[in-house]
Amino acid sequence: MRVTFTANGKPVEADDVWEGESLLYVLRERIGLPGSKNACEQGECGSCTVYLDGVPVCACLVAAGQAQDREVRTVEGLSGPDGELGVVQQAFVDAGAVQCGFCTPGLLVQTDALLASDPRPSDEDIREALSGNLCRCTGYEKIMDAVRLASARRSAGAEDSE
Amino acid sequence: MNARAIQGQKNLQKINQASEDGVGGSPLRPDGNLKVRGEFAYSSDLWHEDMLWGMALRSPHPRADILSVDVSEALKVPGVYAVLTHEDIPGTKYYGLEIQDQPALAIDKVRYQGEPIALVAADHPETARRAVERIAVEYRVLTPIVTEEQCLDPGTYGYVHEPHEYKSHGHGNICHEQRLVSGRGVSDEVRALADVVVSGDYEVGMQDQAFLGPESGLAVPAEDGGVDLYIATQWLHADRRQMAPVLGLPEEKVRLTLAGVGGAFGGREDLSMQIHACLLALRTGRPVKIVYSRDESFFGHVHRHPARMHYEHGATRDGKLVFADCRIVLDGGAYASTTPAVVGNAASLGMGPYVIPNVRMHAVGLYSNNPSCGAMRGFGAVQAAFGYESQMDRLATELGLDPVELRQLNAVAQGDFMPTGQRIDAPAPVAELLRRAKEMPLPPPLDTEHPDPRRLPGALSNTSHGEGIVRGVGYSVGIKNVGFSEGFDDYSTARVRLEAIGGEPVALVHTAAAEVGQGGVTVHAQIARTELGVEQVTIQPADTAVGSAGSTSASRQTYMTGGAVKLAAEAVRRALLDKGRRRYGWTHDDLALAGGKVVSAGAGVLVSIVDLLGDEAVESTREYRHRPTEPFDKETGQGFGHVQYSFCANRAVVDVDVELGLVKVVELSAVQDVGRALNPLSVVGQIQGGCTQALGLAVMEEIILRDGKVRNASFTDYLIPTILDTPPIPVELLELPDPNAPYGLRGVGEAPTVSATPSIVAAIRDATGLALHRIPVRPEHLTTERPG
Amino acid sequence: MEFLRPATWGEALAAKAEHPSALPIAGGTDVMVELNFDVHRPSAILDLNRVAELAEWSQDGGVVRLGAAVPYARIIAELSGPLPGLALASRTVGSPQIRNRGSVGGNLGAASPAGDAHPALLAAGRDVCVEAASVRGTRLIPIDDFYTGVKRNSLAADELIRAVRVPVADGPQQFSKIGTRNAMVIAVCAFGFALHPGSGTVGTGIGSAAPTPRRAVEAEEYLRGVLAERGLWESGEALGTEVVQRFGELVKAAASPIDDVRGTAEYRRHALAVLARRTLAWTWNDYGKQIRSAA
Repeated sequence: MRVTFTANGKPVEADDVWEGESLLYVLRERIGLPGSKNACEQGECGSCTVYLDGVPVCACLVAAGQAQDREVRTVEGLSGPDGELGVVQQAFVDAGAVQCGFCTPGLLVQTDALLASDPRPSDEDIREALSGNLCRCTGYEKIMDAVRLASARRSAGAEDSE
Repeated sequence: MNARAIQGQKNLQKINQASEDGVGGSPLRPDGNLKVRGEFAYSSDLWHEDMLWGMALRSPHPRADILSVDVSEALKVPGVYAVLTHEDIPGTKYYGLEIQDQPALAIDKVRYQGEPIALVAADHPETARRAVERIAVEYRVLTPIVTEEQCLDPGTYGYVHEPHEYKSHGHGNICHEQRLVSGRGVSDEVRALADVVVSGDYEVGMQDQAFLGPESGLAVPAEDGGVDLYIATQWLHADRRQMAPVLGLPEEKVRLTLAGVGGAFGGREDLSMQIHACLLALRTGRPVKIVYSRDESFFGHVHRHPARMHYEHGATRDGKLVFADCRIVLDGGAYASTTPAVVGNAASLGMGPYVIPNVRMHAVGLYSNNPSCGAMRGFGAVQAAFGYESQMDRLATELGLDPVELRQLNAVAQGDFMPTGQRIDAPAPVAELLRRAKEMPLPPPLDTEHPDPRRLPGALSNTSHGEGIVRGVGYSVGIKNVGFSEGFDDYSTARVRLEAIGGEPVALVHTAAAEVGQGGVTVHAQIARTELGVEQVTIQPADTAVGSAGSTSASRQTYMTGGAVKLAAEAVRRALLDKGRRRYGWTHDDLALAGGKVVSAGAGVLVSIVDLLGDEAVESTREYRHRPTEPFDKETGQGFGHVQYSFCANRAVVDVDVELGLVKVVELSAVQDVGRALNPLSVVGQIQGGCTQALGLAVMEEIILRDGKVRNASFTDYLIPTILDTPPIPVELLELPDPNAPYGLRGVGEAPTVSATPSIVAAIRDATGLALHRIPVRPEHLTTERPG
Repeated sequence: MEFLRPATWGEALAAKAEHPSALPIAGGTDVMVELNFDVHRPSAILDLNRVAELAEWSQDGGVVRLGAAVPYARIIAELSGPLPGLALASRTVGSPQIRNRGSVGGNLGAASPAGDAHPALLAAGRDVCVEAASVRGTRLIPIDDFYTGVKRNSLAADELIRAVRVPVADGPQQFSKIGTRNAMVIAVCAFGFALHPGSGTVGTGIGSAAPTPRRAVEAEEYLRGVLAERGLWESGEALGTEVVQRFGELVKAAASPIDDVRGTAEYRRHALAVLARRTLAWTWNDYGKQIRSAA
């Protein structure tokens, strides 16, 4: 079947999609967006987290056909128009929250969503929001640092622009 | 502002500070930007025009004879390009890291559940799955050999490998064993010297590396009849060494390039899909990609050896250890993998970082029809640490001593002898690490009035509003060897090239070291900066076009490849300065490279590196070897077996819901001597990550087997810690340089994984008063199956 | 495999009638796992995402009509007042990402004994019913008749779940779940409990401890009797240890769990007794406060 949807603001189209394919497979293997990761394919790791119509979901659990006519935003869509890193992306690099980096794309999208709804989350709020994103390398401490840093920079940025 | 928030602010300040980017600084990862953009190419992200998908048929049985394999129906599936069995292998059929006992595809029998039997290449993963389903295999199912008792009685239960096909150093179903005796050994007379004796049996479940990036890679057939493989691995050259004979190709026609690696932790030390993808690519003449699913991944790599251990310790009334006796049985599963080295580690490190005058040790690695076990972070030292640290706590209780004091009283220090007879000739601040761990401020007590449920055991599951919660505190310390031991010719190779590009001096660093996430690429660049006085460093992709770097394992890569980069950079520096001396006739004896210039303390800036280089590049390739080690004597275990030791101490604070048996680790502090922190940010990240894997082993992680079959091959049932399971992990670093190591550094990656698990179990014991002889500790162990 | 994409509820029912073996998918959090892991190859997949009314809920008097595909995240955010037990259960489902997609309709369709919504639905009372629809019409299946076996329910092949109807809570409700991890975990066992002062009854629901989600009938009857006999609904006085203990034992006795990789049968029974005691204590404590503050 053919599936068409919007990925990071651009219309995309995939042909000969097998009906059992996931959105994750289509993103990674058919439209050249392999940033979302394939760590478990059962919704138990969060590394494939993408925005679907603005809501963070596991792309591995969305059937490809369900993405028809919808808007998908992936980690590749978190950078600015000129390719500059977004606040959350930069914070993850700066804080040392990236080791192997396989969990990073999903964490970035989920953190982006968290800070959009709660700009100054408490530590427990951060932990609850990120509890669906497994990381095997960092022990999460630097990820906590990164989210705090992104939150602080975002708030500082918001104050500056006021 | 509360303490956590202040700590957070401090971290922000630290991060916001500009740091110098050489050795000792914490420059940002060179691959960080690509990774946060989603543009870093992991092995599963690769794509090639005309690419096919490879897939393996795996045995559902842990032990069976294969009576027939019929692939004809699979070949009829439209979109299938090849179906291969062992009969299609052009070269030798067996491979292995230490012992070549593993068939690339099963031959006449299968020895573990999930053993690959046949391969399919097809145009889509679903086509491949349907074809795999149509391969008809006739089995004669046999009773698997899975328990220690069964393994050690081959007369009754049979052999995993028939005696005539024995390729190992062992016999029967024993893959390897190592004995050790020091002092007077252990006898009734020695036992009589002790005022107090404690003994215990301990068990460690099978842990999985659970790296997030599944086994994957892309094999591309080459015009010269060879193959190029883009692969996530820990050791490119060892892969090639094992692959080439099976593919029937000379090594130079098997070219490997490191693709992005999504974590490793030992699980990529053995081959997984490497040979399979290449066989299919060479047969079809098309690029072949293989990506394991998560369930296949559990069958696709080795795991941490499960262990059964018996320990007996004797001490004087004032707490001095007199003797220790130990037997460790490690289940190596169907194939040897690195079992011999794991056994060697368990035997030589299994008494812990303690001075014990009389020791007897026997470590055994079994062959069984369980999944193969091999390398995982901590490598034989993890299992033993649970044993000896449990013993230390029991001994302390028995003697009425503080558990930290007991450990300090017996702690090894520089100049002491290990039970192997090896004198520790570098700092070994074990007592100091413990002191610091104990002196770190404790977290505040639980707010039982208005607890945030997310801080409680059970967290979001809403199992307690404060009822049944008891806090416990536990301590532990551990020891790990760094680098390859027992006489292995351990080396790494680096090529460093210095040239002027766009008016800037640029260092190119080329090694075959696998960056698996640990940050080796960052550190190698730092070393080049420091040694060559330049800012711009390019790390070239790791591949087999340069000499071996050895494995990214054994906490060795900063030591070894870092050492090689340092050597090569020093050679480049010497060559460059010689060039300057020839050109300018310098006679200064204090020439150095700094800030892109040749400088002398006396004469100041002499010339810029760019001007000195001109159009020429200066290049050097160097091999770095650590000082030689020697094998342990088979019977006495004596020998200068290890290059370097690494030590970490932990304090765990837990809250246990004693009615439900649920555990929340509240804090897990770590104090580690790192010799010299080449990159403090990365070092702390390694320690925190290592502690978290140890936490997983303490309270949740286990591959559960029944009759050789894995019952939880998924992330639904093999649980690793989430961010809600992982506490704050304050880390304190000691930097006591090791005179034998580059920059005085000490390998850091594994020591916390060795030491942290026992501290958590000790804390749970403290909270519950239970003995706890098995890890992972499960809720039923704290409730319905409480040992008497 | 076909991929069916009805745009309206009418089209969805027609499609299901035409393809009775089609597998309905909404949030995909169960269905896609089976597809990805090659557990299931249905002849057709019936995507319900485009049927807007499935993702809506309404309150009519004392009953919430919860569209089958309303995601758990919205139940937590929007329904913790009228359906506190279900909202608590929803918070324990999978991960935030799963809660953004998964729904009670999916839980009911899968009918896994480990589904987190079931104990809360059972506890919410015997008036809870599943609204099952087909081209033949709509029927209301009482929750007590819905679960028929391990991963089996009483839907006919041509039926789809339109909604679940749950009475608005008239008293405190609780939900507790045991997992061997502190987040993102499948229930080792779970327990839902509700006080229904309006009818003088209590509701229970046991998860992951029997072939189907089930009610602890004797425990409910025992407690109903005690509360009535001792006038506790009126007084709101403490229940006393003996009552709480007895209730826990009866809940435990109602379970028939098995040993599996997630836990032992014995532990499940033990834990259910603890959860039953605790949830009863919490709800009764809240109820007592309400009584006293009303007085």
